[in-house]
Amino acid sequence: MKQKYTSKKKSLFFNITVNILFIVICFCCIVPLLLVFSISITPEKLIAQNGYQLIPQQISFYAYTYIFKNSFSIWHSYGVTIFVTAVGTLIGLSLTSLIAYPLSRKDVKYRNYISMYLFFTMLFNGGLVPTYILITKYLHLKNNIWVLILPMLVGPWNVMLMRNFFKTGVPSAIIESAKIDGAGEFQTFLKIVVPISKPAFATVGLFVILAYWNDWWLALLYIDEQSLMPLQYTLQSILLNIQILMSNINSQTHQVTEIPSESARMALCMLAVGPIVLVYPFLQKYIVKGMTVGAVKG
Amino acid sequence: MEKIKREAVNSIAQRKRNNCLGEFRRNKVLYLMTLPAIILVFIFSYIPMFGIVMAFKDNKSAAGYFSGNWVGFQNFEFFFRSNDAARITFNTIFLNALFIISVLVVSLSLALLLNELSKRWLVKTYQSVMFFPHFLSWVIIGFLTFAFLSVDNGFINKILIALGREPVYWYSNPNYWPFILTIVNLLKNAGYYCIIYYAGITGIDQDLYEAASIDGASRFRRMISITIPSIMPLISVMVLLQIGKIFYADFGLFYYVPRETGVLFPRTDVIDTYAFRALRVLGNTGMSAAIGLFQSFVGFVLVLVSNLITKKINSDNALF
Repeated sequence: MKQKYTSKKKSLFFNITVNILFIVICFCCIVPLLLVFSISITPEKLIAQNGYQLIPQQISFYAYTYIFKNSFSIWHSYGVTIFVTAVGTLIGLSLTSLIAYPLSRKDVKYRNYISMYLFFTMLFNGGLVPTYILITKYLHLKNNIWVLILPMLVGPWNVMLMRNFFKTGVPSAIIESAKIDGAGEFQTFLKIVVPISKPAFATVGLFVILAYWNDWWLALLYIDEQSLMPLQYTLQSILLNIQILMSNINSQTHQVTEIPSESARMALCMLAVGPIVLVYPFLQKYIVKGMTVGAVKG
Repeated sequence: MEKIKREAVNSIAQRKRNNCLGEFRRNKVLYLMTLPAIILVFIFSYIPMFGIVMAFKDNKSAAGYFSGNWVGFQNFEFFFRSNDAARITFNTIFLNALFIISVLVVSLSLALLLNELSKRWLVKTYQSVMFFPHFLSWVIIGFLTFAFLSVDNGFINKILIALGREPVYWYSNPNYWPFILTIVNLLKNAGYYCIIYYAGITGIDQDLYEAASIDGASRFRRMISITIPSIMPLISVMVLLQIGKIFYADFGLFYYVPRETGVLFPRTDVIDTYAFRALRVLGNTGMSAAIGLFQSFVGFVLVLVSNLITKKINSDNALF
């Protein structure tokens, strides 16, 4: 009896320790973002005095109102990013599902060759320079909005993920019965397979949305024109060169000293993360589930 | 005799052709559905493979793949004779090795500890929070790092000063950076691998644990004797996948987190950032292409070798 009691106590102690450990780790995961948020709502004067602080002594949304009031190129960048993300996701998801579905069908004889064709690109690639020359010299896509969309439309990993979803989630009996009812292949896909695969579209769609929203690489290589710069690219110029923030402000009336450069920089960062922070709690379960399917069963 | 034989061969060939055509005819719509993606992949992934020839050309103007004169291995020689080759190759492999080991240790420990928690909602909450940084871009993570390490205002230096210590010039001393990059990489990637390992652990047969408990195995003992051996195949696959990519650096991490600071290059410059600079800053397409080919080739060999090893360990887990 006594022994059982102590072992229970021990187990409780263990449980509490592990929970505290996880709470600390979770705190470490979000504290960097909290710090950036705190800086963005700290008055510029206090930053100059005390540096970056986790808990602001005074709260001011001046940096945000300043960004709203002065026409920053950031709003334009927002537009570019939203356009690229929306169009890229729509087309990318369509093309990915269109190729993933036949690859999931056992009666498509050459499906494995097609899979190999896609998969090989994950193992070997031409490299940076040949791709750069292709896009700039042959396709002439430099400073064209489509260069931010086209190269990322079909990811082999996403195709494999979706194929696995179709394989496990679409019973072949349904497809058979649709065939008997006289439905064509494309009709079957559109009217039956797509509606019952909503979770697959949600998961892969999220990966695609995040990839487009977070992309800076394509802009770094192929975009020089200010009007085509996506959000992440504008942010990275500010990160690498603090002075750029000043030149981004169109307003002529302000003195340089009045610009809340420290807090505005972090406020811009928060504006870029904002949408992700807002949607993450609702969507994370799809992402976790999708990743598990892709990685463990893949 | 000869004629009959020829006819037989012909008819077999014809049937084969018919089979092939028949297959395409039967599933015409399905094959058509794959076509747009196949064409896109051909354009953006296969055409650049022909561009490999640029590594063997003297191509200052870079008008196209086949312009310029053949120079043999001169571009490679130029790269390997420089002091940079050894440094960036070492940095790439050394830092990636640090990342692989640190991520494995941390994410596996976290997954094992998650498995000891009984409340499902707690497990889910912890998982989601730890996974969150994975969805921030490297640019954003560059900002987060800067908020901590900035010399004048940085959070860490303010704490050091409050404690009566000297502030540290983080962005001026390259020797801190292998450590900093490892921490930052952990922040972004440990949660991701933790979810994969935890998913593997939850797939283990629960009867094994019950039997072990009845036999009096302690919590720790069960972890060592049941959990780890059960997910060993998954661990080996994950590690081998990463070893296969050890020659490729995560560009954003090395470009944005050190903020492209020249003083830090001795410890933070890797193959990808070097090739990028050779192309965009120096405009040396020949050498940049040579570095790219060197990377692709060694990377490809490493993937093949690691896949071969995976196959030996557990053929179900091999990639191909």
